[in-house]
Amino acid sequence: MRSSTAMDWRYFRRRTVNIVSLSGSVLATAFGLFWLFWILWTTFSYGFSAFDWNMFQQNTPAPGSAGGLANAIVGSLIMVGLATAIGTPVGILAGTYLAEYGGRTFVASVIRFINDILLSAPSIIIGLFVYEMVVVSLGHFSALAGALALAIIMLPVVIRTTEEMLRLVPNTLREAALALGAPRWKMISLVAYRAALSGILTGVLLAIARIAGETAPLLFTALNNQFWSTNLMQPMANLPVVIFQFAMSPYKEWHALAWAGALLITLSVLALSIVARTLSRKARMEH
Amino acid sequence: MNSGRSHITDTASGRQRMMDRIFQVMTTGSAWLVLVVLVGIIVSLFIGGWQALAAFGPKFLVTDEWNPVTERFGALVPIYGTLVSSLIALLIAVPISFGIALFLTEVAPYWLRRPIGTAIELLAAIPSIIYGMWGLFVFAPVMSQHVQPWLQNHFGGAAYFGFLFQGAPLGIGMLPAGIILGIMIIPFITAIMRDVFATTPKFLKESAYAVGGTHWEVVWNVVLPYTRVGAVGGIFLGLGRALGETMAVTFVIGNTHRLSPSLFEPGNSIASTLANEFTEAVGDMHTSSLIALGLMLFLITFIVLSLAKFMLLSLESREGVKT
Repeated sequence: MRSSTAMDWRYFRRRTVNIVSLSGSVLATAFGLFWLFWILWTTFSYGFSAFDWNMFQQNTPAPGSAGGLANAIVGSLIMVGLATAIGTPVGILAGTYLAEYGGRTFVASVIRFINDILLSAPSIIIGLFVYEMVVVSLGHFSALAGALALAIIMLPVVIRTTEEMLRLVPNTLREAALALGAPRWKMISLVAYRAALSGILTGVLLAIARIAGETAPLLFTALNNQFWSTNLMQPMANLPVVIFQFAMSPYKEWHALAWAGALLITLSVLALSIVARTLSRKARMEH
Repeated sequence: MNSGRSHITDTASGRQRMMDRIFQVMTTGSAWLVLVVLVGIIVSLFIGGWQALAAFGPKFLVTDEWNPVTERFGALVPIYGTLVSSLIALLIAVPISFGIALFLTEVAPYWLRRPIGTAIELLAAIPSIIYGMWGLFVFAPVMSQHVQPWLQNHFGGAAYFGFLFQGAPLGIGMLPAGIILGIMIIPFITAIMRDVFATTPKFLKESAYAVGGTHWEVVWNVVLPYTRVGAVGGIFLGLGRALGETMAVTFVIGNTHRLSPSLFEPGNSIASTLANEFTEAVGDMHTSSLIALGLMLFLITFIVLSLAKFMLLSLESREGVKT
């Protein structure tokens, strides 16, 4: 009799621990989601109330006056576009090396290791690096330096996804192409790339989403520009740095513009992530 | 006739061989760029920071002075701020991420796993400047009006750690910065934990369930021991992210070069110091000291991220042996 109550008590205790810890996991998830919704809700409500179609037509204003974000939007598009144009081919080629040529060699393992570290390395350090290399040698801040910094940040993401996606391509496809007498470069570019296309595209989109909101590396490279400029060799306005400056300022008008800019960035980043996610699901289904 | 044809195929295959060669050189060259970037970062930061490192020597690391006027610089305050804010972030993010990973791998019904997993991943997609603005305009007022007074009332007089909650509840400072960093690294740690939990062999878990283990007992006694290295690797990865996070911290940490034990007081991290002062640095020594700070940050994160990577690799290789 006594032993059975002891058993009961032990059973009860184990069940309680189980229920408490599992409820804890539900609470932890709710905690995580709570911040997501709070931050998104803030961005949307402040952003939409500050949203104004005129901001696509006017340039960033002087302190305390009204204006828009036209030069910053165009500047961001130019720099992100240029960074994508540099980072995508280089990243895809490097990922191709890791998947198709490097394999398990020592050099490939080291490159893979370093690439994974650069993937998480502080972006402000990349900004410092480009400052030292480009800004110091040219003698002034420039949009080109900004685009280069963004390209370096984008590179590890593209390399990693390209390698992973090429590894998903079945070897039988490669062997079939080689057996028909196709040279290796044709096999890779016409067969492997085609099979891994949506996956590689996912990586590129994720990389663009990552650099679209990057602020720190642009502070020391592209700097900012209050005026309209599309000259790559000059400082160029860009959304993240404008948001940073305006949000840290004491002016109400600037705060409103900063929120509108924040909304624009958040919407584009979310859209890119969602498209990338659908593509990657498609990519994984294909294999 | 015959020789002519073979001549054509020879040039054609010669051209293909050349293309093969070019393609291989291009891919190899691009891959080597990764190493070039790494070496370039270390060398350029070392050269840029040399003036400060030579002038102050090892004392650079332990001096709490940061004075552009007298040109005396020390890295103690930013290093302290970086470490303390990241530590707060870990204290918040580790249990929460473990809970979310547990929920996503064991508790949640299958149809719920993907949407919730995606939502948590979206936390990582939000740009850090958005975290910063939200932190400054929305979170800081809540902290200063509700959370900090509450902490002060309940723990401010506590015997051993009361000093942590002293001072004016400003809403900006070490504690808010740490909390926001914690939220920011939750998705990274969760993703790794979720992945490594999923690598636990099914037969191990099912054996534990078969002898009557509860969900929690299976996770605590089977899944966690099996994946411990990977889970710690994920935590280090989150730490690496927290150490170098710039914009969100810059908005809320207060940017003050003062060493204070209280978590309510404003401070500075390496990254926020760089973001605030670099373009306005006066004089070469100031710039050089900032670059030396950047070098410190890069070395610290490099070590932390390498450890993370080694741990994850060791889990991966063990998996390879098992299957």
